[in-house]
Amino acid sequence: MDHRSLLERWLRGIALALVVVFFMFPILWIVLMSLQTNETILRSPPSVVFTPTLQNYAALISGRLETEAGALDIAFMSNLMNSVILSVGSVALALVLGVPAAYAFARHRFRGSEDIAFTLLSFRFAPPLLVLLPLTLYFQDLGLADTYFGLIWVYQLICLPLILWIVRGYFEDISPDIELAYRIAGHSWWATFRRIALPLAGPGIAAAGLLAFIFAWNNFIFALVLASADKQPVTVGALAFVTASGIQYGQIAAAVVLSIAPTLALALWAQRYLVEGLSLGAVKG
Amino acid sequence: MTATTGTARRRLRVAQGVLPYLLSLPALLACIGILIPFGTAVYYSLQRFRLSQPWNRGMNWGDNYIAFLGDPGFWNTLRISLTYAFLTVGLELVLGLGIALLLQRRTRINNAVSIMLLMPLMTAPALAALMFKLMTNPNFGILSYVAGLLGFPDMRWGASPSTALLTVVMVDIWVYTPFMMILLLAGLRSLPSQPFEAAALDGVPRWQQFWRITLPMLMPYILTASLFRLLDSIQQFDIIYAMTQGGPGDTLMVFQVEAYLTFFQSTNVGRSAALLIILWAITFVLSNIFIKNWLRLRARARGVS
Repeated sequence: MDHRSLLERWLRGIALALVVVFFMFPILWIVLMSLQTNETILRSPPSVVFTPTLQNYAALISGRLETEAGALDIAFMSNLMNSVILSVGSVALALVLGVPAAYAFARHRFRGSEDIAFTLLSFRFAPPLLVLLPLTLYFQDLGLADTYFGLIWVYQLICLPLILWIVRGYFEDISPDIELAYRIAGHSWWATFRRIALPLAGPGIAAAGLLAFIFAWNNFIFALVLASADKQPVTVGALAFVTASGIQYGQIAAAVVLSIAPTLALALWAQRYLVEGLSLGAVKG
Repeated sequence: MTATTGTARRRLRVAQGVLPYLLSLPALLACIGILIPFGTAVYYSLQRFRLSQPWNRGMNWGDNYIAFLGDPGFWNTLRISLTYAFLTVGLELVLGLGIALLLQRRTRINNAVSIMLLMPLMTAPALAALMFKLMTNPNFGILSYVAGLLGFPDMRWGASPSTALLTVVMVDIWVYTPFMMILLLAGLRSLPSQPFEAAALDGVPRWQQFWRITLPMLMPYILTASLFRLLDSIQQFDIIYAMTQGGPGDTLMVFQVEAYLTFFQSTNVGRSAALLIILWAITFVLSNIFIKNWLRLRARARGVS
């Protein structure tokens, strides 16, 4: 079946190498940068020969940056903590709300079910600011402006449709006969849901949860508009850090590395689930 | 005894009827929670409402929208948003299709590369913009250095009006091309092999196989992926805001950046809301087309597997 000429194989190899360089180089470069002091970063021409140092990470983790001009406090670790709280909290809430609803949509055709499912889906595609800007005014009235809960609630705009639609597809793939047989054997609805439906849809729930976590972690605009300074996640925090620290390039690079490391690690660990989830069940990878 | 089982069964049936509503009630409430601010935005868009002038607030009905007709800022926003969306999606489609064709065979190297390409997609767009901002820094950025070597010593990337669009489009391509690639690769690998074998037997050249067989059969995937990206791209905020905040000047004032700045800097809530409603109308039309396409594709993938 292999009727490729040597030339074609070479061209393919070169094209593939270019693809890898273009997509991997920025990540490699930022990691290298995070291991350098400002002096080696500012060398011209740039060079890959340097003595790696962990001082940028040490400064971020200890939260204090000693410069010639004096000490600077960095709140970056609390940003990282906020990201963890917000992402884990929103995914947990979205699973609790979304999985039963997905089951209801998959198993029972009831009046309005399609309308609800579609409204949720179409809001996934609506401009987020449309909802966020009125919410800033509401949040101040409701006293939610300075809370994790307010943000976690708004994050459902990202997480809930994702979980609802992916998990629904998985429930639809399970034959209802298995559940029916278990019901006839005298088990309650709840036991059937817990012991049969949930485990069978497990991989789908995991894929949806992972994807929701990554989208929540990577979100920028929600937190930029709604989060007060002490509730900001890394995406907003890193940007504020650039403005505040200005020329501490090594620390900025280290902050970016720490911010993207969790999602990249998750992506590599669970890549098979992600590919399935990303296509929203449109194609089974 | 029959009576008691009868009531028990009726109770069961009632429970069966209520159950789906009970299960989806929280999701329904979340839905309403989203619809309320949406309604408020529509209401604001019909008002003369500046946060800095609360005494001057009142209904002005369609004035915010009518004002757009003679507002060069609005037309600039519309033009930039459409340019950005079609430029990014077009380039990502071509690149994504090319890479998917390169990776079509399931070899070990190809699988490793396709896993690697997940990494840009999993990077937060705002942070990706930050990474490229460092890479294009005039003092030490590697891309500025490379541009200098290639004969553009004064390339200022995001800071110059002539290259700002190029810079943000580059970041968008870096982040989202893998998405196109993943969908199209899954599509390519799901195509039946018989037409290709038949064409090979008949001696059809391979570039003709691509135009006559691969492309038409892949079309539903291409359409779904492009529409999905178009929906996201016309609303791009993260990359542009993190890179240049819509600048320099108004070079990159796409819808959401313009609306954000109108709300928080000019505190003109009415104009900001009206801008977003227009963007919403565009995405609403697009998303309806997309959902229809996607459901058809999904049903077909189900039928095959």
